[in-house]
Amino acid sequence: MNTEALVRQLCEINAPVGYENLAAEKLKSLFEPLCDKAHVDTFFNVIGFKKGISENPGKIIITAHYDQIGMIVSGFEKGGFLRISSLGGVDTKALLAREVTIHGKEEVYGVIGAKPPHLLKESETNKNADINDLFVDTGYPDDVLKKKVSIGDPVTVIAPVTMLKNGCIAGKSLDNRAGVAALVLILRELQNVKHPNDIYVIATVQEETHLLGAVTSSYSLEPDLAVVIDVCHGDMPEADRAQCFPLNKGVPVSIGPAFHSEYTNDLLETAKRERIPVQRCIEPGNPGTEAWAIQVSRTGVPVVEVGIPLRYMHTTSELISLQDVENAAMLVARYVSGDIVRKVEGFI
Amino acid sequence: MVRKLAELTKIDGISGNEQGVREFIIQNLADKSLKFYNDSIGNLIVKGKSVGTSSLKVMVAAHMDEVGFMVNYITDDGKLKFSPVGGIDSRILIGQHVRVGRNKIPGVIGYKSIHLQDKSERKSAVKIKNLYIDIAAKDKENALEMVNTGDYVAFASEPVFFGENRIKAKALDDRAGCAVLMELLEEVWPFEFYACFTVQEEVGLRGALVAANRLKPDIGIVLEGTTCADVPKVKEHEVSTVMGKGPSLSFADRTSLADRELLEHFFRTAEKEKIPYQWKTTVSGGNDAGRIQTSGTGVKTLVVSVPCRYIHSPVSVLDLNDLENMLKLVSRGLHTLPGALGR
Repeated sequence: MNTEALVRQLCEINAPVGYENLAAEKLKSLFEPLCDKAHVDTFFNVIGFKKGISENPGKIIITAHYDQIGMIVSGFEKGGFLRISSLGGVDTKALLAREVTIHGKEEVYGVIGAKPPHLLKESETNKNADINDLFVDTGYPDDVLKKKVSIGDPVTVIAPVTMLKNGCIAGKSLDNRAGVAALVLILRELQNVKHPNDIYVIATVQEETHLLGAVTSSYSLEPDLAVVIDVCHGDMPEADRAQCFPLNKGVPVSIGPAFHSEYTNDLLETAKRERIPVQRCIEPGNPGTEAWAIQVSRTGVPVVEVGIPLRYMHTTSELISLQDVENAAMLVARYVSGDIVRKVEGFI
Repeated sequence: MVRKLAELTKIDGISGNEQGVREFIIQNLADKSLKFYNDSIGNLIVKGKSVGTSSLKVMVAAHMDEVGFMVNYITDDGKLKFSPVGGIDSRILIGQHVRVGRNKIPGVIGYKSIHLQDKSERKSAVKIKNLYIDIAAKDKENALEMVNTGDYVAFASEPVFFGENRIKAKALDDRAGCAVLMELLEEVWPFEFYACFTVQEEVGLRGALVAANRLKPDIGIVLEGTTCADVPKVKEHEVSTVMGKGPSLSFADRTSLADRELLEHFFRTAEKEKIPYQWKTTVSGGNDAGRIQTSGTGVKTLVVSVPCRYIHSPVSVLDLNDLENMLKLVSRGLHTLPGALGR
């Protein structure tokens, strides 16, 4: 399976925050043939384990979250319509005139319409739609609908996965299936490598709301080092250049208080040695990623982070370059293959 | 008819670029012996089969064009700026997937993500002038290898059947009318019958005007997809039409007043034949009837429409029973017209 097919497959999976059980087994089946052991934990974190060859191996975790923003059914309206609330940071700008799947007793198709233009007042056209004014139109009579759908059922958007020119691809949930794709590529890359340390790749849950998967998995595994893979903002005409990274111009490596400076230097050295281009991603505080939670797990975990530039985050047209996914995976694979864990003898 | 409708919505035919729709209709005419004519603006006029003695000349029109965009500028970094063709709510655009130009180059409509929007930006809608299409070109030069200014842009939205008897697609306005009109061409009429598949309705009802001037009909029937706002939070008197209650008859819209005699004949036909129908309850929108009515020395017109939710968006929805009933109503109404008018 080439990278395009892998990313495409991962985009088509639905795992709304808190309902990752919809996709956990599928991810496990992607990891399983590539590692010594794969399992799904209580919270639906999907963990693939690859044993190191060292007698006294260190423990490295590589995380990428696989949950996605979505909606939840919050009520019924007459005429086969459903009210919805947000799950995670949904931009209602990107919900009007969209197709959705309601994950009820069965999957139900629906569309989110918009008030027709001829009824819109001038003042309304200037305002962003409020989620309370949006409804899912299911096309079913009310009694039929109530047999299929319940309040609390998750709702996900349907969007095509569109292959664009220059090796780019656009679709929903590339935040952070691009990162999950990198996990699979890393496992593939490690197939014929004798690495000293034990390596756990983890597709984590509930990042979009409160980093839950990162918190629970780093607590239970007590790693010596964590590598976080997540998307960062790609270059967009109207956005602040300092916060955005051009596509195909190198792997963003995060730098700032959330990241261990020496391990980050090792990572940058690896990139230089392997001739993989990098960009420096400056995060002066909370980077808004799992790194923030993992760093303070138990007695503290050193964290490094690589990014994948992604344009139009949290819309149905998230856009990435496949080359960036491959480069990020290659960099991390080479990095974790080395004898990099620094065991510090404590005095307590 | 439903299969034909689904196929029709897959074709991109933004106003001024209707040839794909026209070719599909010609290729799929059931009776290959029918005479057809393409006029200079792009209308497809097909003369239907007729036997009988009525002196009436009837023109039935449905427009082939749909709303969309045109590329009007390419930025140095290879993004495509665009302007709407026809009336589109700019609020629905962020995140849509589109096809650009003859080669259908895929692209997406981008806008900086919610994380990078400040508080006021989060609350306000984005104007079209601040949006762009991203085809992942490296720069302007690279973009120009694939597209050019003036290229038409269509929503990438495939038809989906869902719920009970519903279809979602782009361009239901007015491929629904085209699908019904194609069916009507399979019938034999008691009068001179012309099916006019018109162009450029969405930019000012332009095709219908020249078609009517050419044909000089006595009667003009316009088949449309019309607004249907029977959704939560819309007041009852503003809904326009209700989905599933049958085709709608308009007594008036912004461009024409229905001929009373035709209107009465059609709703009496519906009642007699027990075909569900409804009145369009808002005087809004406009369509080809506006131009046909005032063409030549004047033409009696009537508009029959299928209710269409989320019209002018890539997720327009209609009820397939409404469509079947529209065909029934128009067919029965037309066949009995000579008797009703005494001609």
